[in-house]
Amino acid sequence: MARMKFLCDSERCIECNGCVTACKNANETEWGIQRRRVVTLDDGEIGKEVSISVACMHCSDAPCMAVCPTDCFYPTEDGLILHNKDACIGCGYCLYACPFGAPQFPKQGAFGARGKMDKCTFCAGGPESDPVLEEQKYGANRLREGKLPLCAEMCSTKALLAGDAQEVADIFRERVVYRGHRNSAWSAVEHEAAENEQLAQQAADLAYDATQRA
Amino acid sequence: MNALWISHPGQSKPWLYLLLLCLFSLPLSAWGQSAADPRREALQSMPGTTPDFWRDAVEGVTGRTTSRSPGADTLIMTEGERWRQLRNQWISPGGAIALGGTLVALLGFYLLVGQIKLAHPRSGRKIERWTRWDRTIHWYVASLFIILGLTGLSILYAKWFLQPILPTSVWAAWMNAAKNIHNYLGPLFALGVVAMIVKWLKHNFFNLTDLKWFLRGGGIIGKAHPSAGYLNGGEKVWFWMIVLVGLTVVASGLVLDFPNFGQSRETMQLFLVIHAVASLILLAASFGHIYIGTLGTEGALEGMKTGYVDETWAKQHHDLWYAEVKGKDLP
Repeated sequence: MARMKFLCDSERCIECNGCVTACKNANETEWGIQRRRVVTLDDGEIGKEVSISVACMHCSDAPCMAVCPTDCFYPTEDGLILHNKDACIGCGYCLYACPFGAPQFPKQGAFGARGKMDKCTFCAGGPESDPVLEEQKYGANRLREGKLPLCAEMCSTKALLAGDAQEVADIFRERVVYRGHRNSAWSAVEHEAAENEQLAQQAADLAYDATQRA
Repeated sequence: MNALWISHPGQSKPWLYLLLLCLFSLPLSAWGQSAADPRREALQSMPGTTPDFWRDAVEGVTGRTTSRSPGADTLIMTEGERWRQLRNQWISPGGAIALGGTLVALLGFYLLVGQIKLAHPRSGRKIERWTRWDRTIHWYVASLFIILGLTGLSILYAKWFLQPILPTSVWAAWMNAAKNIHNYLGPLFALGVVAMIVKWLKHNFFNLTDLKWFLRGGGIIGKAHPSAGYLNGGEKVWFWMIVLVGLTVVASGLVLDFPNFGQSRETMQLFLVIHAVASLILLAASFGHIYIGTLGTEGALEGMKTGYVDETWAKQHHDLWYAEVKGKDLP
């Protein structure tokens, strides 16, 4: 059984927000709801700026599920965390527990009127047998059609990877091998002068898709 | 401009020269760009994520994002896990122990000591103890307290015992109702609590009589019932609990009830903890209050029900108040 995961390769993310747009388009989420977002750290600082795309990470030990008063979350066989909007009361607890800010609410009204929580479903829809209703409430169910989440499929630099954890890990490992950085996955800019030339070459190599090379 | 030049064909055409110059300068400018080091640029635009970057990320560093969602600029919100641990590992079981323990203690007390009976037969003469206003406020606050308590406990505990036995539709309907009832009645409860505090404050200042009452354990230690005025020490403690804990519940509840003011997630976590802890303390204490006011003491409930108590009851439980009333009323 597959175990689905997202992975954002922050060395490739160029903050184009294509994933955000793709998600919004695939799932036709309500106005004001954005299931995925790109966060840029050290924005505008030359040589330091890093972007990363975030949405629900479908945690193994999901905090949202642990604090939900109505127990509306459920793990799927693919390791996804989905939720039942019929049982959601809009208390906001999932948002207060989630480290990634994944749960979103259409409203922030008086008397705690938030509406039904909405979050990334890994394009796997939700608990609704009628496909039309399912799409209205939860967005696309691309997984059923044998497709991966649209955010990852449309990522222009293939920074955002989605799929079986093993496959994703293999792709990422291959990249890491090609990069050959001292700190494996995560390079360090502040190296000794002698290493800088070599690192510059490695960084330039990143401009190519490592997985596409022979 | 063009039209002007066309109308004078003999004149030289400076725009054409400009265009040609632009065309020929294209490869020149491309050559000029190639002078930059692509490797250097790549290193600059993709600096790589350092171990420091991940250290910052797991410590809750903020960046820039286009999302307008509250707190969206935080990559990883670290406080959530602490709140989850507090709520699920401490408050939930702690509250269950406090409430269950109080119930068990009261049951034990009832089984061991039983109801505090009237020492002498009823006189049949009644004294007014609670005015219509007092009783209105009391029952207004009491009924809202019970409703808010049941709905609040549902939000904290019902998923452990109600959810497994109810069909999803019924379960969802109940929880939706519970949340809405809790959120809409909460502010009305707040008004009642404030009114109650204002109305009864003057009776509730502690005095030496209360100290003696406490030293005698409210009548548990020793044989004779300790002296008490209009309100005894225990009632005053309950009043001040409502002032301190009750107002904490009410204030924290109002913060939670109006997310439209854009409270941060961290603020909501803090107030959820305060609200839950204070509410559970108040609930546990209310069990004691309810027991003493109904099952525990013969003749106590009729005071709050009808407004009048029997003289025998007044003499036994509030002798100083009884003397005061009789002294005033007697010609």
